[in-house]
Amino acid sequence: MGFAAALLAAATICCAATARADDAVSLSVTLKDHQFEPAELHAPAGKPIAIHVKNLNTIVSEFESTDLHFEKIVPVGTEAVVYVRPLQPGRYNFYDDFHHATQGYLVVP
Amino acid sequence: MLAALLIVFREVFEAGLIVGIIMAVTAGVLGRGLWVSAGVAAGVIGACLVALFTGGLSQLFGGSGQEVFNAGILSFAVIMLTWHNVWMARHGRELAAELKAAGEAVVAGSKSLAALAVVVAIAVLREGSEVVLFLYGVAAAQGGASWGMALGGCIGLVLGSLVCLATYLGLVTIPARYLFGVTSTLIAFLAAGLAAQAIAFLQQAAIVTTLDQTVWDTSWLLSDSSLLGRALHTLIGYVDQPTAMQLIVYAATLATIVVLMKLFSAPPRHRPQTA
Repeated sequence: MGFAAALLAAATICCAATARADDAVSLSVTLKDHQFEPAELHAPAGKPIAIHVKNLNTIVSEFESTDLHFEKIVPVGTEAVVYVRPLQPGRYNFYDDFHHATQGYLVVP
Repeated sequence: MLAALLIVFREVFEAGLIVGIIMAVTAGVLGRGLWVSAGVAAGVIGACLVALFTGGLSQLFGGSGQEVFNAGILSFAVIMLTWHNVWMARHGRELAAELKAAGEAVVAGSKSLAALAVVVAIAVLREGSEVVLFLYGVAAAQGGASWGMALGGCIGLVLGSLVCLATYLGLVTIPARYLFGVTSTLIAFLAAGLAAQAIAFLQQAAIVTTLDQTVWDTSWLLSDSSLLGRALHTLIGYVDQPTAMQLIVYAATLATIVVLMKLFSAPPRHRPQTA
């Protein structure tokens, strides 16, 4: 009974996460040789955003942003996604928290 | 070496604040050293396991496994802290005033210690898994651990532990009759902050999307990535740009703890009516 409830909750969470992925503005960035490619992303103001990040470095990264309020471990060779709340126009910084020289920006005109 | 020092210091610092508070909360309780040590040890083992399985964990819940896991353990810590505060509100005075049977007091006391040990374990696990991943990544990249990395890590660990010690020593200088009130308040704010952090993870995973507008921005005054900002973030859940949902959850957690403490607080002693 409890297990079934947990499964149901898990399924709901999965569906909620996938449903949300559909109406967010989707952006992609790759980590390679400790550089973000592209180093500057663009998104419209006032819309939820999904940033997909693929780690092609040879070591694990922590994709993080103080400005955008997310932090996520991205193991080698995997892709992760973080969701960002709707933004005001501005220039927002993100970085690899395990390698601070790796910096990128999200520009909202 | 500097990178290792900074990362290790930052994570140990954050876990150390929580461990320092728990040490002060349990000052004078029999067997607390053992419980807190067990919590730290469990946290370190847990951190290694989480680091080991991060790849698999990330793939769960449609790629939001890390967020769901973090939100889950943070919520569990909130429940443990709430339970501790409610338990203390009920039994704290009672234990002191009535000198219950020693055996019973020890058993009851250790229940509350177990809840706090879980909180210590969760704090260490969360911060520790980042340290493990980072150090492992660096070691793998340079083809093995280096002395510089080990030295940096050790210095970071020592400096971070000093913060833990300072927190503890600072709190235990508070006179005993105020200590209960101060620690209960600290724990309530700590729990509220952790609950808001759990919501932030669910927002990052787009599982919680309602009320996600930023209510205020105090990053010009105190950034939550500065050292003081981080300390306040850990202690009372300070966030420089909170969403409405985070604020609601924060306030609701605080209110719940206060109400539960009032509801379950030791009733005033009634003498049996003799007509």
